[in-house]
Order: sequence, then structure tokens, then C-alpha cells
Amino acid sequence: MSARDLVLGRLRAALASGAHAPVEVPRDYRHTGTLDLDQLVERLTDYRAHVHRVVEAAVADTIADILPAGGTVVVPPGLPPAWLPPTVTALPDDGLDNMRIGAADAVVTGAAVAVAQTGTVVLDGSPDQGRRVLSLLPDRHVCVLRADQVVATVPEALARLTPHRPLTWISGPSATSDIELIRVEGVHGPRQLHVILLPYRE
Amino acid sequence: MTRRTFLGMPTTAPPGVGHLRGDESFPAAARRSLTDPQLRRNLRHATTTIRAKSAGVIAEQSDWEQLRAAGAAIKADTLHRLPELLEQLEARVTEAGGVVHWAADAVQANAIVTDLVRTAGADRVIKVKSMATQEIGLNEALHAAGVTAVETDLAELIVQLGDDRPSHILVPAIHRNRAEIREIFLREMPGVDPELTADPAALAAAARRFLRETFLSTPVAVSGANFAVAETGTLAVVESEGNGRMCLTLPRTLITVMGVEKVVPTWRDLEVFLQLLPRASTGERMNPYTSMWTGVTPGDGPQAFHLVLLDNGRSAVLADEVGRQALRCIRCSACLNVCPVYERAGGHAYGSVYPGPIGAVLSPQLTGIDDNASLPYASTLCGACYDACPVKINIPEVLVHLRAEAVDARRRPTAESIAMAAAAYTMDHPRLYEAAQRAARMSRVAGRRGRGLPPPLNGWTGSRDLPEPPAQTFREWWADR
Amino acid sequence: MRIALFVTCLADTMFPQAATSTVRLLERLGHEVVFPPGQTCCGQMHTNTGYRSDAVPLVRRHVRVFDPYDVIVAPSGSCVGAVRHQHAMVARHAGDRALTSRAESVAARTYELSELLVDVLGVTDVGAYYPHRVTYHPTCHSLRMLRVADRPRTLLAAVRGLDLVELPAAEQCCGFGGTFAVKNAETSTAMLADKMRHVLSTGADVCTAGDASCLLHIGGGLSRLRTGVRTVHLAEILASTEQESAVRR
Repeated sequence: MSARDLVLGRLRAALASGAHAPVEVPRDYRHTGTLDLDQLVERLTDYRAHVHRVVEAAVADTIADILPAGGTVVVPPGLPPAWLPPTVTALPDDGLDNMRIGAADAVVTGAAVAVAQTGTVVLDGSPDQGRRVLSLLPDRHVCVLRADQVVATVPEALARLTPHRPLTWISGPSATSDIELIRVEGVHGPRQLHVILLPYRE
Repeated sequence: MTRRTFLGMPTTAPPGVGHLRGDESFPAAARRSLTDPQLRRNLRHATTTIRAKSAGVIAEQSDWEQLRAAGAAIKADTLHRLPELLEQLEARVTEAGGVVHWAADAVQANAIVTDLVRTAGADRVIKVKSMATQEIGLNEALHAAGVTAVETDLAELIVQLGDDRPSHILVPAIHRNRAEIREIFLREMPGVDPELTADPAALAAAARRFLRETFLSTPVAVSGANFAVAETGTLAVVESEGNGRMCLTLPRTLITVMGVEKVVPTWRDLEVFLQLLPRASTGERMNPYTSMWTGVTPGDGPQAFHLVLLDNGRSAVLADEVGRQALRCIRCSACLNVCPVYERAGGHAYGSVYPGPIGAVLSPQLTGIDDNASLPYASTLCGACYDACPVKINIPEVLVHLRAEAVDARRRPTAESIAMAAAAYTMDHPRLYEAAQRAARMSRVAGRRGRGLPPPLNGWTGSRDLPEPPAQTFREWWADR
Repeated sequence: MRIALFVTCLADTMFPQAATSTVRLLERLGHEVVFPPGQTCCGQMHTNTGYRSDAVPLVRRHVRVFDPYDVIVAPSGSCVGAVRHQHAMVARHAGDRALTSRAESVAARTYELSELLVDVLGVTDVGAYYPHRVTYHPTCHSLRMLRVADRPRTLLAAVRGLDLVELPAAEQCCGFGGTFAVKNAETSTAMLADKMRHVLSTGADVCTAGDASCLLHIGGGLSRLRTGVRTVHLAEILASTEQESAVRR
């Protein structure tokens, strides 16, 4: 007998006694909420992310202020070129190896969705975000987000996402509470998270 | 149904492998923890801190009770349909380029993982914190096969370097304070800065430096899973430090070991659990990182993905209509953080990788009651765990149910069972009961401090005075009116 | 109103003042109290220790004795909790359907004292006088099994002369837990030590609660430490009046 048949057989036997009425799942929790960009900013900041609210034309200048002059920046293939300031050295991801990604000063990505109530941005591997490793190894992650990508609640975010894409939900920089349950930011992932929040598209 | 029963009956987890059974009873193990004042202070500090944090973010979520009800119902529904959901999950994962393996118990699961690691040609694996792999003793099995398993979660690393045992589901090193952690790092961490301070940020930075090269050079990772979506084949790992992202992204091969009960029916169900888990667990609105993946994504992350579905006693838990609710557990550890017994006795006293109230109901069911008979009694039935549970597991109800099983499993009468039967007989005969009341009042053998009481009743009077029975019982007072 | 008193075996034998006070209080409020004969114990200790089948005759007896009454009160959150949440379960497990439904029916008519006063009788000021600094321990079964919530505090707040002080970490268990106090005596004692520390920190001279069992546990510890803090059942405070106090003086 295969292990598969054994396990499934045991589970079926476990359920064999007793009739099971179908379980109705109550879904009367909140699905949507009033979108409040200030709430997103407040909750990102609460978890030690840095938020910059600028118009799209000012993205490059904002990044120039965040990153040291001459710094190296990992660039996903579909990132709008206008977002990068001339002061930094771009490392386009044409198959960069992990060592080079890890040695970069920063990565700049777009985002798929953000959740205001939890202060979360979600990446889904679209061309302006790239492979998961790009936003993982550099010490700083600069994430450019458009207001129309922001939703109020977690259910709204899941509804917008495609399950088959690799998804990374990010709420602030890497952190741990493993020592005396005190939250410390910056363990293995990027130690700084900058979110550049753009207004709604005209 | 009878057609299928020949395929096997629900079976408990085998002994001799993994970490579900302690060496001694709960009271004996707790006695030792209670005499360690540093441990008591660490536990009190940590549980008090997390309770306050969690209460704060739960208060923000005005639909918390509705989310709990939904979470409980989704899990109850899942358990009723477990075989079909697992088959669906298997099909979706396979379609997406993953390979699904089934393990009836710890021995099979360890063999599957060991073979996969060998096939990948690796002598080292990096691990994301996972209760399932601790439960089956995977690290020991890999070690025996010549494979080093590196725990990458900070707390797990502290436990591994300190040659210690985890004592909490979420924060396995909760029993250690910063000074103790600093000493462990200085003693055991190769290349550590000798000037390392006990500042938590400095300790976290030391772990970052220590593990970075290991993350980049290890070809195989082993993870657990918080959720697996049957409808889409999507796996989810919820974490904080980024060590999970490292393990799930950098290696060529990813092996995920998950208990069969971790499956959820639909993508949409995640909207409930992603709200319940962080608030109940770390007391955050959302944990720093959640990774979701479906099979293999060409050009992004591991290009080989194996999912090991583990029974190891879960079918036996499922077979118990009262006890099966323990399989709803999402491993948040809220019940540990509110439990007054856990706060005093600590996690090691439970003898299993599953400590606290959930451990007291889960471990004896996974192993069979004989091997963990003292655990259902490791509770005052105060009910704080039930209130805190984000999926509404009625832990006190299951504890009482398992106590009855423990009593029924005894083959011979004990002093306790004889006393209980005698008490029940007396209570069912009011005249005997009244005679017993008079006898209690007349006898002063026990005395106010209970000297002369035989064990275990002297346990009461070790720290508490036994009041003298009053001059008149209520029913005598009533009769005299 | 005609109210049947379920005295509970513990109050009957070891803490009769909780029950005599309940009688005096309800009679003072103009109600008739009856004491159904033949009552003994609800079987909670048996059920909670795993002796479910030993509890069956006790459940049967309890249901038989109390079934004729419309309103039943007990000065114990824990015993009412057993009646409400365990009796039907014990009967169901014994396969006795008739007993199960009768147990459910009796449970629906059984109230803990503060529930009876506030919800059934509709009083929050019982006209009591009790000139003491008092702290209230909510007891786990009253708090989490019965959800009596603020009812006892509301009743205490209306007592004249009483200075009610909040107990820190009030919702934490005192460590009694029935046979837990014996089977896990050391852990129980550690929990009791913290409870006593909190009681003493309030500066109260009286610690009150709605359960004789917890009061025996906390009182036993306070007595051993010779703290001078007394444990008094909620019913005793609510039954106290100015006249009584004057007589005692």
C-alpha cells in the first residue's frame, strides 16, 4: 500500500463515524473599508518604514536624497527609467548573481497592492518588481507605490492578487521579537524600507 | 465507507522518533522550572509584554469576533473534508510543477526528506522555523545521515547554539533573556565579535552576519507551512525576520513539510487567517513578511519544490469528535501567552514541541493518552486559552474530555479512582453525605495546617491553611431555623 | 419570587456563611427561599478529574431534585458553570437522552447569585452596608464560563460604606482548579503567591469573590502568611446591613 493510500485511508476512516452536516462559514466580517492614505502612512511609519509622499516627477530626486551618491541600485527589468536619479549606478537585473545583488546599496521596485489598515505592501513579481531575490538581499528597499494600488483591507488585497504569482507581503523592514519579545528592526531582509507614495493617476 | 477501512485505521504517532513525549510527568518537570527564579522572571516579562501588545491590536480590529467565528468554521469545514481537500491540493501543486509526497508518520517523513537532500547532493540544509519538522525530529534524522540542518530563525538559532530545547511555539527561546543569549553567542557562534553587547539589536545583527554566507551557499531549504490552499496549490509562510524569505527564495531545492491539517479550502480563506494570525501571535497588525508560492516559478526562486504531507497521529486526532478541534490550531501561541500555568511552569515542562494549553490537548492525542497522561491535568480549566484562541478551540472542553480518557485507559483501580467512586457513592446518598459532614467536623486529625494528611492531600497544606469545618453546616442551620 | 437554593456541597460543609447570607439577602429583598431536600453535589469534581461515569448519578440526582423549581440560585460561579456547561454533556455521554434534555432545562433555570440579582430580580442596589476596603477577585468560571462580567462589581459599588479597590491582574486564575491544587501543588502555589501579592498590593482588608472554592484557596494562603486580610463571599457583603453592623458594635 502506498503512503498516499495509507494516509488518505486513515483520514477517511477517522471521519467515517458520525454524520457531518456541511459547515456554513459566516463571512460577516468586514470585507471593505474606507480607504485612508494617511492611515497607510501612519501604519507603515509605526513599523519603522520611511514614507515619502511626492508626485511622480519627483521620484528620482527623492531617491537621490535617500541613497548615497554613487550608490549601486538593483533595477528590475520593467522599472520606469525616469524613477532613477543620475547620481546612482544602476544594476539592471539581466540575471545578476546573488553576490552582486547582496552587495548593492539598494533596490528600487514598484508594487502590486498595498493594505492601508495593516501598513503592508505586496510584490507579485511583475516586471517593475522583478524576481523575489532582488528585494531581499540589498540593505535598502525603495518601493514606489501609486495611490490607486492601495486598498483599505486584507480581503480587498487578496481579491486583487493572482495566486499563481510568487507573492511577498511586506510590512515594514525585517524585524524580530525573539529576544524578550522586544521588536528589533533589521535582521535578514532589508534593514530599511522606504515607501514612495504617489498620488492617484490623473 | 467500509470499502476503504482496509486501507488503515487512524493511528497515533510512533514512539522513539521526534519530540512529542517527555521523559517525566508534567508535575515533576514543572517542579524544576518553578525553582528557577531567572526563568520565572523571563517568562513573566515576555508573556506580560506579548499579552499587552496583542490586546492592543485586537482592540483595533472591530470585527475580531466575526473573524474568529469565520476562522473556526473554515477549519471545522476543512477537517470534515480533509481527504478530498488534500487530493485537490496535491493536484494543484503537481500542475504547478511541485512534487507531493505523503508520510504516514515521522519515520517516513524523515526518510523522504533525507532522500531528497541526498539526491540534491547537499550536506547542509537551511531551515525556516517549523513545528512539524521539530515534531518529527528531522534535524536529528538528517544529522544521522550526515546532513547538517541550520536553523535560521533567531530564536531557533539561540536554541540550537545553546544545545537547548524550544519552550514556546512562536518564541522558542522565550526562557532566555538578553544576557543569556549574549553568552550563548559569545561561546558558540563562530567568528562572533568578542565585544558583542546584550542589546537586542546588536544580537540580531550578529545573527545576520553569521547566517548571511550560509543563506547564499546552501542549495536546499526545508520549511513548514502556515497555510496551503487546496483550490490553487498555494503555500504560505508567515514570518518576521526575512530568514524565511531567504530559505524560500535562494536555494535550488525547497522541501516543505506540513501537517495535513494545514490545508484551507480556498484562496479567499487566507483573508481570514492573515488577519487572525499576526494579531493573535506576535501582536502585530501584520507580520513583516509573508511569502506565498505555487509550485515552481521559472526564473524566480527554487526550481525544485517538494511538499511532504504528514499524518503522524493526526488521523487519530481527527477520529475523536470532541478532540479533533485541536487540529484547527494555527500555531499562533496566544493560548501559551495567556495561560497562568504556562507562565509559571514554562514550555519545557510539557515535554513536547507543543507546549502550553494547545500542547496539553494536542500532544496526548497525537501520541495516545498513555504517553502523555499528565498533560490534560496541567490546567486549572480557567478558560483564558479558549477566550484567546483565534479559531475558538474549546481547550477546557477537550482537556476534560481527555481526562476522562486518561481515567478510562487505566486498567487497574487507583487510590484516586477508589476515592472518587466512594465520594460519588456518598454524594448520591444524602444520609451518608450528612454523616460525612459530621465526621469532617468532629475529626481534628488534619488540624488547621493539615498535618497528618496523607499524600497527595498534603499538597494542599504545604502552602495553604485548611480551614476548620464550621460549627454548623448550612443544612443544619436550615433545619434549626 | 420563589427561589430554590442550590447550596453546593462545598458551601454547605466548609463555607455555610455564603449560603446563609444568600438566604438572608433574598428574604430581605422579599423573596421566598426554599431548600430542596436530597441535594448534595453537582459532580463537577468528578467530571473535571475524568470520572465522568461517577458523575452520572450525581447529575441525575441534581436534575431530579431541582427540576420542580422555576428559579434556582447557587452562591457559586463554578457550580453553576458545571450545571450549565457539563450536566447535559455528562448525560449525553452516558447515552441518556431524557436526562440530557431535563439537564438542559434545569440549567436554563439556574443562576449564579449576581446573575439572579441583576438579570432576574432586576436589582443592583440591595441596600447593604459594609464599611470595609474590599477588592474583588472575579473567579475564572464566573468570568469566562458564565460571563457574569461587571454584575458583581455593580452590586458592590452600590454597597454603602464599602471602598472598592481594583485588583491588579484580576482576571488571572488564583491557581485552585479543583484537583489541580493537589495534582500540581507547586504550580498552584506559585499562582496563589502572585494572586496574594496582588491582593496585598491593594491595601484591602477584605478579598471577596463569588466562589467559596477560590476563597478557601486564597484565604488558606493569606492565613498561612498571617496577612490579616480576610476572604468573604460576595453574598456575605450583600447580606450585611447597617442594623446588623450596629448590633455587632
